[in-house]
Amino acid sequence: MKFIETLLNGLSMGSTYAMIALGYTMVYGIAKMLNFAHGDIIMVGGYMIFLSMTAVGNPVLGLAAAVIFCVVLGITIEKIAYKPLRGASPLAVLITAIGVSYLLQSSAQMIFGSAPKMVIIADLGNLEFAGLKVPVYTLVTLGCSVVIMLALNLFVKYTKIGRAMIAVSEDKGAAQLMGINVNGIITVTFAIGSALAAFAGFFMLMKSPSLTNTLGAMPGIKAFTAAVIGGIGSIPGAMVGGILIGVVEAISLTVPAIAAYTDAIEFLILIVILLVRPTGILGKKRREKV
Amino acid sequence: MALLEVKDLQVYYGVIQALKGINFEVNEGEIVTLIGANGAGKTTTMQSIIGLIPSRGGSVIFDGKDITKTPCHKIVHLGMAQVPEGRRVFQELTVYENLLMGGFSQKDKSAIKQDIESIYERFPRLAERSSQIAGTLSGGEQQMLAMGRAMMSHPKLLLLDEPSMGLSPILVDQVFEIIKDFRKDGTTVLLVEQNAGKSLAISDRAYVLELGEIVLSGTGAELAASDEVKKAYLGG
Repeated sequence: MKFIETLLNGLSMGSTYAMIALGYTMVYGIAKMLNFAHGDIIMVGGYMIFLSMTAVGNPVLGLAAAVIFCVVLGITIEKIAYKPLRGASPLAVLITAIGVSYLLQSSAQMIFGSAPKMVIIADLGNLEFAGLKVPVYTLVTLGCSVVIMLALNLFVKYTKIGRAMIAVSEDKGAAQLMGINVNGIITVTFAIGSALAAFAGFFMLMKSPSLTNTLGAMPGIKAFTAAVIGGIGSIPGAMVGGILIGVVEAISLTVPAIAAYTDAIEFLILIVILLVRPTGILGKKRREKV
Repeated sequence: MALLEVKDLQVYYGVIQALKGINFEVNEGEIVTLIGANGAGKTTTMQSIIGLIPSRGGSVIFDGKDITKTPCHKIVHLGMAQVPEGRRVFQELTVYENLLMGGFSQKDKSAIKQDIESIYERFPRLAERSSQIAGTLSGGEQQMLAMGRAMMSHPKLLLLDEPSMGLSPILVDQVFEIIKDFRKDGTTVLLVEQNAGKSLAISDRAYVLELGEIVLSGTGAELAASDEVKKAYLGG
């Protein structure tokens, strides 16, 4: 019984990681850059939820405000910080992304201070059945994530813009020859990634209400790990990697002997998987084009 | 009036000048060929015309509009399409989805379906492989797909970059037949080829490109008969 509870907890944490990992992997696949400021979008979303919860007190409105603000922020960051660097060396883009990450963290600290804010989204209680005791928020997180990820898969596979995203990720030049506006597709990608990050922030605050300016830092790194484990650039890979990291984390935290080493174990998995499969679990070997 | 006018086009890769101010034009309904050796600047010319690589001087006029600074995707919407060197079909998409991508600039969904049907009639092999991932097609099939994909946007001007490269002799003949069919359907064609003999035979006019400069021009027959072309490109 205890194991099923742990597993559900792991699945819910994992789906939160998966939501973040999707942002990393989609941006990497399409803009070919690692957006290390992605984790901090979660934190900004968290503060938007905090502000609107304080003002209105409705968690759904808070989530909506966070999603809208994060989408606008994500698009703005891309336009101001990353777009001028298109074609520059990957290292320049990487450093810029790290700079944006610190900018967001420091701005949040200047505005909101460094003391944690308590964001009580809603006390949903526990669900008890068949000897199981499951916090309702884990089920909400899991349910919402599954719906969002299914929707994302359908979007990518069956809409014109979704297919254009696949085309751009495979061959930017050929995509332009089809009449696809690559910059427009990159904007859409940043918008989707940022919206998913806002959702992730909401799920994280449901689980633990303490909000600081580094809320997104560690989950960001773990989700990035998950994206690499699953195969960076692959959407199903990000989902698989996220769930894997979440479940491992949940199980490890319940075993007293190894609980303290949970983070180390997760990164160890990354190393082992990269040794065995350098492209990640679902990553494809791409023919490099000249 | 010329459908495409290229005036003094200059392209640089860093400090190296790949195109040293070339001039040529393509009139409506023509097949025009650029021949030249490796490194002459043929692919650079093609990519620069359609806006995939920027030019540093000169201009490109298409259908009466100056498109020198127009981004590639907008040029495609104006009615130009290109089958790039090496085909570059979307390996992870199916044949059908590749053709859908070709119709990206078209709005009418039922017209896109009809266009795919007519491409399947022209290339029955593609119809058989409609739901197959394009990366698993043979080279010849990928070339058919790339050509079909380019036709999906109903281009006024089709740029074909080395369409016969890497194909077996039978398929090469087939590709040149298809190019003639394109013209019959009213599409103007600008062709870049290393197979000078076959391409001059179907061309109305042709230009010879050498190290970023046009050194000869004339009708297809004139160039095929010229001693210089014979020596350099026709193996005799």
